[in-house]
Amino acid sequence: MSTATTSSPVGPAPSDAPVGGAASGAERTPLKDRAGARLLAGALLPLVILAAWQLVTSAGLVPAYRLPGPGAVLAAGADLAARGELWLHIAISVQRVLLGFAIGSVIGLAVAAIVGLSRAGDAQLSPTLAALRAVPSLAWVPLLILWLQIGEESKITLIAIGAFFPVFTTVAAALRHIDPHLVEAGRCFGLRGWSLFRTVQLPAVIPSVVSGLRLALAQAWLFLVAAELIASSMGLGFLLNDSQQNGRVDRILLTIVLLALLGSLTNALLGLAEKKLLRRWA
Amino acid sequence: MTSTALAPGSRETAPGPADAAPTARCTGPDGVHLTAVDRSFPAAQGRHEVLRGLDLELRSGEIVAVVGPSGCGKSTLLRLIAGLDRPSAGTIALGGTALVGTDERTAVAFQEPRRLPWRTLAQNVALGLPRGTGRAAGKERVAHLLRLVGLEHAAGLRPREVSGGMAQRASLARALARSPQVLLLDEPFGALDALTRLRMQDLLLEIHAAEPTTVLVVTHDVEEALYLADRVVQLRSLREAEPGARSLARTVEVPGARPRDRAARDLAALRAELLEGLGVHSPRPTTASFPTTSEDHS
Ligand SMILES: Nc1ncnc2c1ncn2[C@@H]1O[C@H](COP(=O)(O)OP(=O)(O)OP(=O)(O)O)[C@@H](O)[C@H]1O
Ligand SMILES: [Mg+2]
Repeated sequence: MSTATTSSPVGPAPSDAPVGGAASGAERTPLKDRAGARLLAGALLPLVILAAWQLVTSAGLVPAYRLPGPGAVLAAGADLAARGELWLHIAISVQRVLLGFAIGSVIGLAVAAIVGLSRAGDAQLSPTLAALRAVPSLAWVPLLILWLQIGEESKITLIAIGAFFPVFTTVAAALRHIDPHLVEAGRCFGLRGWSLFRTVQLPAVIPSVVSGLRLALAQAWLFLVAAELIASSMGLGFLLNDSQQNGRVDRILLTIVLLALLGSLTNALLGLAEKKLLRRWA
Repeated sequence: MTSTALAPGSRETAPGPADAAPTARCTGPDGVHLTAVDRSFPAAQGRHEVLRGLDLELRSGEIVAVVGPSGCGKSTLLRLIAGLDRPSAGTIALGGTALVGTDERTAVAFQEPRRLPWRTLAQNVALGLPRGTGRAAGKERVAHLLRLVGLEHAAGLRPREVSGGMAQRASLARALARSPQVLLLDEPFGALDALTRLRMQDLLLEIHAAEPTTVLVVTHDVEEALYLADRVVQLRSLREAEPGARSLARTVEVPGARPRDRAARDLAALRAELLEGLGVHSPRPTTASFPTTSEDHS
């Protein structure tokens, strides 16, 4: 209990210095050095693997028809590129992944909003969605092919299914766990429905949306290969399957490396967007 | 210690048109009227009763302070008046009409500051503006309010970059943004240092003098209650009371016009009485007991 006995002090408003915030600027180590060091550390293991691969193959420890050397894989890539096939395979696969990812994510976000924000939506949709998620991805393939033929639709649908669930699961859970105090404060200041969603609920789950999207992207690549392996005449999955039947190990290795690079690239792009979003919203 | 529970309806002589309608007696355009309000929550066995049989009237332009032990339902009462919660029984009327949900005329500063962490302090204050405020007008009003509470230098900071006391002042500014007719403050100065607290109390009184809104302020500080309020309402904890007891322990009219001398003797006597009601025993003032309760006044 305060025991103030003086008369009320009048004077300029209290001035507090901001806590933290300003400090971060002073202690910044040179960003370039850190980034360079990280890059170097990350490149070390791939370089070691590459060297080991080269050593093993050039020493003849493994026959070339089992494991062709890095040079042979590069040559296979150059050969495919010269025939114009390589870009075609890459382009069609990237297009499928992006389309499927976009469609699946948008539907995932919408359904997550319904399930995460309304108790009725949760009760009515959650059991069905849980059951659908339990179906292994490949189980959809025969049905999709029967219904949508071997065209683009069947593959994009499969990829969209793959992208849907990570987004849906993460975002719905995050919406359910928003601090009820914040929602109540918004309501108390006259926010309702869409304006409440836009002002309080959506910003509160932005970090979860971003991590859901990253998981969805990885899943989209996974489902792409599944779709293309089984039924396609173009794309990286097709290239894998085709090369297997022709015994072209060099092309198989090439495709695997390409998938790794493309997956990392799209993930890195999303990572950039994430950084921007989190700086603004978290 | 005398038990001076206010009998329901003992303020029948309140100024203003004394309408006979039993549920929504008119208490002025922005008065608040609670009649026989109960609030209980589901508990492990049966229900946990927090408020029982509460009759309370906030007259237009009046400042009422609510004191009581922790957990006696002060915040619950405030949430009920804010329309964020509904009574289990009884009625609440605002300006003569029954309350349904939150109301444009009411503004709340919560016990915890509840800021949106991704918005700057200025943007958080802007949340309190009435819907449909123009961009320029809103900006100007927010800047004015931040100046009032001494946060103009912190307008662009995020909530996690400010101290608890700054957050509380931002919360007060946000509640003032819509020029509410009923201002509900839940321990608004609890996290402030002693000096800032005194300044903020004076600020509140200045704002009230300029624009006499109806104010309900929850506080655990009896001095603060006596400095700010026209009346102090003391609630009791139903857990510790005998079965059937009502929530309202007493209502105390605070004598003297504002601004009051914080050291006034009659206030010292009242203070001792309220503290005793809260179970804090302080040395009794040597003066004879004062006519303190509203019963004694009527
Ligand atoms: N939503 C709720 N569900 C269940 N019980 C609740 C709920 N809200 C409040 N209570 C209970 O009601 C009682 C009163 O709570 P309240 O927050 O009103 O106390 P208070 O008087 O404001 O206390 P303090 O001074 O500590 O802030 C507490 O026992 C609390 O557990
Ligand atoms: Mg409280």
